[in-house]
Amino acid sequence: MRYLPLTEADRQSMLAATRAASVDELFRDVPEAARLSGPIGGLPDHMGELEVERLLGAMAAKSLPAGSVPSFLGAGAYRHHIPATVDHLVQRGEFLTAYTPYQPEVSQGTLQVLFEFQTQVALLTGMDVANASMYDGATACAEAVMMANRVTRRKKAILSGGLHPHYRDTTTTDARFIGFDAVALPADPEGTEDLAARIDDQTSCVVVQNPSVFGQVRDYSDLAKACQAKGALLIVVVTEALSLGLLPTPGGMGADIVAAEGQSFGGALNFGGPYVGLFAVKDKYVRQMPGRLCGETVDADGRRGFVLTLSTREQHIRREKATSNICTNAGLCALAFSIHVSLLGEEGLTQLARLNHAKAVQLADKLAAAPGVSVINDGFFNEFTVRLPKPAAEVVEALAERRILGGVPVSRLYPGELGKGLENLLLVAVTETNTESDMDAFVTALAEVLS
Amino acid sequence: MTVKYTKDHEWVRVEGDVGTVGVSDFAQHQLGDVVFVELPDVGRTLEKGKEAAVVESVKAASDVFAPVSGEVIEVNHDLENEPARVNTGAQTEGWFFKLRLSNPSELDGLMDEAAYKAFVEESN
Amino acid sequence: MSMNSQGRPSAIPAAGGTDSVTGTVTGNRGLQIEEPLIFEQDSAGRCGVDLPEAPKVASRLGGITPRARIGLPGLAEPQVVRHYTRLSQKNYAIDSGLYPLGSCTMKHNPRLNEKMARLPGFADVHPLQPVSTVQGALELMDQLAHWLKTLTGMAAVTLAPAAGAHGEMCGIMAIRAAHDARGDKARTKILVPESAHGTNPATAAACGYAVESIPATADGRVDLDALKAKLGPDVAGLMLTNPNTCGLFERDIIAIAEAVHGAGAYFYCDGANFNAIVGRVRPADLGIDVMHINLHKTFSTPHGGGGPGSGPVVFSEALAPYVPVPYVTHGPDGFALVEEAGDGPAFGRMKAFHGQMGMFTRALSYMLSHGADGLRQASGDAVLNANYVMARLEDVMTASFEGPCMHECLFDDRFLKGTGVTTLDIAKALIDEGFHPMTMYFPLVVHGALLIEPTETESKAGLDQFIDALRALAERAKSGDAAYFQGAPRLTPRRRLDETAAARKPVLRWVPPAPAEALAAD
Repeated sequence: MRYLPLTEADRQSMLAATRAASVDELFRDVPEAARLSGPIGGLPDHMGELEVERLLGAMAAKSLPAGSVPSFLGAGAYRHHIPATVDHLVQRGEFLTAYTPYQPEVSQGTLQVLFEFQTQVALLTGMDVANASMYDGATACAEAVMMANRVTRRKKAILSGGLHPHYRDTTTTDARFIGFDAVALPADPEGTEDLAARIDDQTSCVVVQNPSVFGQVRDYSDLAKACQAKGALLIVVVTEALSLGLLPTPGGMGADIVAAEGQSFGGALNFGGPYVGLFAVKDKYVRQMPGRLCGETVDADGRRGFVLTLSTREQHIRREKATSNICTNAGLCALAFSIHVSLLGEEGLTQLARLNHAKAVQLADKLAAAPGVSVINDGFFNEFTVRLPKPAAEVVEALAERRILGGVPVSRLYPGELGKGLENLLLVAVTETNTESDMDAFVTALAEVLS
Repeated sequence: MTVKYTKDHEWVRVEGDVGTVGVSDFAQHQLGDVVFVELPDVGRTLEKGKEAAVVESVKAASDVFAPVSGEVIEVNHDLENEPARVNTGAQTEGWFFKLRLSNPSELDGLMDEAAYKAFVEESN
Repeated sequence: MSMNSQGRPSAIPAAGGTDSVTGTVTGNRGLQIEEPLIFEQDSAGRCGVDLPEAPKVASRLGGITPRARIGLPGLAEPQVVRHYTRLSQKNYAIDSGLYPLGSCTMKHNPRLNEKMARLPGFADVHPLQPVSTVQGALELMDQLAHWLKTLTGMAAVTLAPAAGAHGEMCGIMAIRAAHDARGDKARTKILVPESAHGTNPATAAACGYAVESIPATADGRVDLDALKAKLGPDVAGLMLTNPNTCGLFERDIIAIAEAVHGAGAYFYCDGANFNAIVGRVRPADLGIDVMHINLHKTFSTPHGGGGPGSGPVVFSEALAPYVPVPYVTHGPDGFALVEEAGDGPAFGRMKAFHGQMGMFTRALSYMLSHGADGLRQASGDAVLNANYVMARLEDVMTASFEGPCMHECLFDDRFLKGTGVTTLDIAKALIDEGFHPMTMYFPLVVHGALLIEPTETESKAGLDQFIDALRALAERAKSGDAAYFQGAPRLTPRRRLDETAAARKPVLRWVPPAPAEALAAD
């Protein structure tokens, strides 16, 4: 077996040192009735690289890669071009195969990356500080709500109808088992709900998404003031991190916590994971934050260095009193995020954001010209909602048969009762990877399917 | 003026019906460098033996329990910026909070300085 | 050299001068190259990508004014490559050498896994594509589920949790859902042994349970009588790690399971240490109801400097109905994806999409490579390596419990008594010898713990070198050379870091220098 260096002779001489007659004897504490005498049945024996490649290659070939056809899916996962440098650097073994940087003297690489990542996230979101990342945007959202409950000592969160339904569900799962109220408002495609009116003395936080899951763009400055007046926190969720390169920042609007998905920078679609959750707060809430934090300090020679810090918040010290049970971050995805953002820099990132927006405007205009199709958004970044003359799910299936991935039907996110009246809505995302001919192919195929 | 100690290494110095509370010099030695102190809100009513504050070193977070019951009337804000005061003066400038005693008879169950010293030596 | 608050060198060596630490002009030391923060390498207008001009269209931001400057630095591609390459060279990694962190299972991460995870049919698939277009991805998830169920003997599995701790949360939620479904609201406690990972009590407490600690016996295992005394109608479940964090198999595990079930509670097993027993015993045969599996430990997906993890959870028949959405089923047209719980007993969801797909591919690639026979050999080698280390060190260090151990061996600091050298000092001295230290001060049940998990990845020669180094350090500590240890490490990119200062006055991000200072610096 290619991954196992011990030879049979090694095993025998090592067994002699342990005074055991066989490896099986080392398992003598396992109850005999349960001990297996040989390999588990029903599974194949070991394979060479070539066999594994053949087997998994054939399996992968049964999926339709988004990049092989015109593709306009978003709704929390975006297909952006990732520079070759990103994947090369994240595969350096010193990054890929290191553990959590618990020994800072031999982990300065990972630690400095995390410090730079925290700074990048703080700059992008317009917040004071950010942590070293969370599992994904949805879990970051749920953790943000729980943090707001701790800070305010209240237990009722209001979830906007523009919040991604998967983020809503992740939060309500925690609400059910952890024990707090999460009041989820009905789907709000137009972005007209009145959240300020719902805040009361029991409200710990209001959660909004910008752009909303329907692509609506809003300025939440007034809502931030309304929250503050009632002692509640404003949590702003962002699922398309690239929008932070063009839209006004959550921090500038007065957000107390930002929970975002960072997959757009450095992350492949990966069928939904692993992604990277971004989490940023105002300075005064740092000690209530979940997750790891990296801080600057000096070493015994007085030279600048970095360490994990404020770890008394965390489970390995606080145990049942920890701010969260979270133990890992999304280290490698945070690294990919950081490298991609570094390559883009100020100029590249803002230009990429403008490019995405301009292409989305182009497609919105093309689609709106198709008979029976209308764009419902007044404003958007790179994703918008169109109303079709028939159910969007059917249209998307018919487009897939024509090898076009034409967006996400709203009914997939709001099944059954929740989606009543939304069946004809389709979410369409555009990125720099979509060419003008992709757009024309989409519009032509859509016209065919609708006729 | 009396100073009394608990088995959890808190001290309380009583003047009239006001008690000043902190952790003992022995406790700060055990904790090592104190990096953060979380203090109770003024106005909060504390119950004897229940959590009142938290003191943190780099690798540990320890609860500080109220040695006697009462209402918090003042906290030592200096500790928020200079937690090291707990190390340099655990029983002086490193005090945590003051409370108005609601049941002064609870003091009878606590140790005086000599008894506490013996207790520390014994548990070592 | 000293640094100001922005971390810039405030005392640049004068022309012809040398750095006080390294003795070199640059502050570099051969291959160890000092690397400033990326923010300190900014030149306005420089960029590491070339993008086309945006089409000329009127913007549609709904009347909102675009943001002001972000504040990101501009670098060209070669600068970015050097930055991250130099930073990587300041890391120890399993690719570099022995990484015996107990309870973390730092085994070799095969590069075939990386290649497989990047196949476009797995990596370039959107989570919300029509199900008919993602059959390959769903088949992979179905295959992984099959392997996990077969290796554990359990009835059901969820792949959704993003990491081990997330899996724990999922398992405790399922236990709660099962009690709730029976209308049993009286169960308010979860029992957790003293030696448990910190995540166990944190998870139980997060789910609203009171945590009660179970003491250990003198031989490092759960005290069965103490456990029985605590079991009752108020106990929802037991969370137990097996093999436990002392590296020992819980011999009474079947009796423990019976006692737990007899009290109407469920048995949660923390599967962090599954690598010791995979292919040797099936958790289902031990009476376990629910267990998470860390794909980044047992099944070789990379730790990546702290994630991403992946924590599938397997369930017994009793808990199978509560498995959260989403999950893969076999439908009439191939694989189907159940995304909504509806009115059924399942709960969810736990994260945005279907799970850590990229980790699933890597784990399955590892499983297929090893096969049933290779996995059994791997756990055997892992256990043999740990026992060999224990046997060769127990005369100079103090083993906490009698062997055989499983995949890791536990020492405490009695051998350092009176030397002035601590567990931490030993760890730091090991760094200078070219090894990553073992896990320190965990588990909490022994004083000054040193928990060594070599894994099956190490050769005998590699282990011998590590053992010889550790033996020499133990002897040196006993000979009274405390100052040597307290000054270690000396040969690393940085020496011991001031964690107290970091925690007292947290500096958690770079801040641009004030304008006046910037002018002066320019």
